[in-house]
Amino acid sequence: MTSDGTLVELSARITQGDIGCREVAERCLARIEQGSHLNAFISIDAERVLARAAALDAMPEADRGPLHGLPIAVKDIFCQAGVETTAGSRMLQGWRAPYDAHVIQRLEAAGALLVGKTNMDEFAMGSSGENSHYGPTRNPWNTERVPGGSSSGSAAAVASGMVPAALGTDTGGSIRQPAAFCGLTGLKPTYGRVSRWGMIAFASSLDQAGPMAWTAADLALLLAAMAGCDERDSTSVDRPVDAYSAALEAPIEGRRIGIPDALLGEDVAAPVRAAVDAAKRTFEQLGATTHAVSLPTALAGVPAYYVLAPAEASTNLARYDGVRFGHRCSSPQSLEDLYLRSRAEGFGSEVKRRILTGTYVLSVGYYEAYYLHAQRVRRLIRDEFLAAFEDVDAILAPTTPGVAFALGEKTDDPVAMYQQDVFTIPANLAGIPALSMPAGLSAGMPLGVQLLGPHFAETTLLNLAHAFQTATDHHLARPAGAAA
Amino acid sequence: MSGWETVIGLEVHVQLATASKIFSGAPNRFGAEPNRQASAVDLGLPGVLPVLNEAVVEMALRFGLAVEAQIAPVTQFARKNYFYPDLPKGYQISQLDHPIIGPGRLEIVVPTAAGDETRTIGITRAHLEEDAGKSIHDQLPGLTAVDLNRAGTPLLEIVSEPDLRSATEAVAYLRELHAIVRDLGISDGNMNEGSMRCDANVSIRPRGTREFGTRTEIKNLNSFRFLEKAIEFEVERQIEILESGGRIIQETRLYDAERNETRSMRSKEEAEDYRYFPDPDLLPLAITPKMISAVARSMPELPRARRERLREQFGLSEYDARHVGADRATASYFEACAAAAGDAKLAANWIMGELASLLNREELEIEHAPVTAESLGTLIARIRDATISSKIAKTVFDIMVTEGDDPDAIIEARGLRQMSDSGELQRLVDEVVTANPAQVEQFRAGKTKVLGFFVGQVMKATGGKANPQQLNELLRARLEDGD
Repeated sequence: MTSDGTLVELSARITQGDIGCREVAERCLARIEQGSHLNAFISIDAERVLARAAALDAMPEADRGPLHGLPIAVKDIFCQAGVETTAGSRMLQGWRAPYDAHVIQRLEAAGALLVGKTNMDEFAMGSSGENSHYGPTRNPWNTERVPGGSSSGSAAAVASGMVPAALGTDTGGSIRQPAAFCGLTGLKPTYGRVSRWGMIAFASSLDQAGPMAWTAADLALLLAAMAGCDERDSTSVDRPVDAYSAALEAPIEGRRIGIPDALLGEDVAAPVRAAVDAAKRTFEQLGATTHAVSLPTALAGVPAYYVLAPAEASTNLARYDGVRFGHRCSSPQSLEDLYLRSRAEGFGSEVKRRILTGTYVLSVGYYEAYYLHAQRVRRLIRDEFLAAFEDVDAILAPTTPGVAFALGEKTDDPVAMYQQDVFTIPANLAGIPALSMPAGLSAGMPLGVQLLGPHFAETTLLNLAHAFQTATDHHLARPAGAAA
Repeated sequence: MSGWETVIGLEVHVQLATASKIFSGAPNRFGAEPNRQASAVDLGLPGVLPVLNEAVVEMALRFGLAVEAQIAPVTQFARKNYFYPDLPKGYQISQLDHPIIGPGRLEIVVPTAAGDETRTIGITRAHLEEDAGKSIHDQLPGLTAVDLNRAGTPLLEIVSEPDLRSATEAVAYLRELHAIVRDLGISDGNMNEGSMRCDANVSIRPRGTREFGTRTEIKNLNSFRFLEKAIEFEVERQIEILESGGRIIQETRLYDAERNETRSMRSKEEAEDYRYFPDPDLLPLAITPKMISAVARSMPELPRARRERLREQFGLSEYDARHVGADRATASYFEACAAAAGDAKLAANWIMGELASLLNREELEIEHAPVTAESLGTLIARIRDATISSKIAKTVFDIMVTEGDDPDAIIEARGLRQMSDSGELQRLVDEVVTANPAQVEQFRAGKTKVLGFFVGQVMKATGGKANPQQLNELLRARLEDGD
């Protein structure tokens, strides 16, 4: 069955009355069924989806929102009232959230048709989609390869044509890396731009929700619905939301784009470097200017991140203790037994590794050497970005060191796996927005490049990416065998 | 005097009387059905986030100003990590490095054998945190039940310097804090319901030395009396150990009120590492001079200022001012009562005497006194204008408590008005003198003590209503007359 094209295209067809929401829903569910070998979804409530579609069809035109009838898959880290929300973990198998995440409320209020909960690395910890209790997700471009993680199912669902867009979360690259591996455009907004209310926490100071789709124009449409202040999240920022879609077509002549040489070293695969070079030339042809920028500490982001993120995770995940909700071991013999077995059985090995690391770095005697030191590195990286953005409007960099790797290739080497995030982590540490977009294929697999901007410069990033996508057709490449 | 000096520091937890909890919108009330006042945030469900209740900050600032403390320009919340079933998130949101209230001081009045002594006690800091839920071990056989209603109740933890030197001082300090938080309207201070709880750090050292001894911490003392008893016991225990050549182990101890002893809970070696770190869900909070001055403008009168005012305005002694000025409710009662009575000293005596023992007996707060300040004042006025004697007044007071409030009505209805009619009294005096010639002889022989016998006879005849002063005069005149 054919896909429904991009979000913007499908929206036009629905608005013109070419297709009803019910039909959109049915086609979506059929494609999801067809692509079940990808293991992109953890749960789908078809009845609920069809009922919602019927309600949308019955809605008077005046009440219809900007996302009316648009099918969107949601990473299973967002709480949805009455719907199983697992975060990819056995710990939360069967747990039905009693409330809606802020982004869920926002998308539904805008008329979106939420079609199901996508697979993910457990508690968003992973760069391959292999750390899910519900089995690994496969890459639609090559099912022997990983789709990237942790928003693995969201990437696979969009790349395979099941849905035109999906929600992900990005703590160290979990939207951008799978977007790059699957040939999609993905945006991690500025920290604080999208409320974290109802988004199950991995590392609170880094987590941010964002959209994944084929094009920058699609992201603009979704971000406008998701962004905005929410008083239930103290880190959410009270600042007006830009008209992202309206600004897409702004000319980019004279835009200054920084190229950080430090991020294009020897360990970056040649095709990735070539893709960044090609993108640089495209922007120059479009009238932008390019400049070398210095980000000397950015590469120290990985060790800093793998101290800070586990530290926060170790306490964020303390609530999963078998007492009130989630997995509880059978017949506990004592309180300690309840804790030990419930957590040993409920969590997978990567989650345990990070809880142990995080507990260690926060302990008396190690806190200064690890946690505080990593915070200083984080501050340095942020300051370097802010200094760089005094001279440039955006920074162009690789998204990943290479294309999607094979399933199982890095599962025994966590440090090699962590190095996958080397280019994506700095944006999380600095709290700045970053967008990954398709930049060509290498041996049949997609490559991505990143645009990074100053805090709240989502408009600039979307504008640049849209100009790039107007001038190139990398974003039009589709995996063979996917719904075309 | 013992050769040991006691050193005490207190950590006092005060539950703040906000309408809602510190990080959620759930109501902050005591005594609801278990787990009915816990929201998704209080339960620590996946995906929830804390939002600081502004009222909590204002209350902390009020306290800070009341103890003349430095107020942090930027305050920060931290996670204190430990596992316990009544701690839903597996961590408590508290403060470590940047408490909202910095160093301050509190003046206390300590009663001593040589009279009242004023001492200034240093306050190290006061920080905000959330209370945990309650584990209930005695409801379900073999199981522990968890009630999370209390989870998220705002607490202000007030830490004193080790400036207290006796159990009496510790109690005086806690009483002063109790009065302050009540006057500030930031807590009901109800110790039975756990609104105010206290941990005591206790050590001893040879008198005259400066180095601190090893301290023990006594947890969860929830009454003034337990605080006093626990410290007294602990000091004795430590003296005994040191005098028999032993050494004190730094540890946490529990006070057992039934046995009046402290028992070891855990030693320092077993102490937990709480892995404190700044809570990433709550940004550092700037306390602006504007916020502080807004709070300063709304500060009520504090106990110390009130005591001074009562002394000046009503000419009360320091002792009286300390008692009737102990808290705002007692002070307002006193002021209303004194106004109606027209005599501040008498009003103070009645409040500290009859009224206090009544309240004590009935376990009532003065706000719920069965006799209003105005009625008690009127009763006192009746003593002053000689309508009744002090003795009869006590009878009237008892009737006011049990039957009704209006002293004048009671005096009229029961005919308790003092007999001041000299004609009637004279007649009775004549009668008694005539009927008891032997005693008259004794009086005239110089045994003037026998006057008391005659007073008693007349009082008996009048049912106690005779004006005692007048009666005395008439009797003396009659007996000394000689005819």
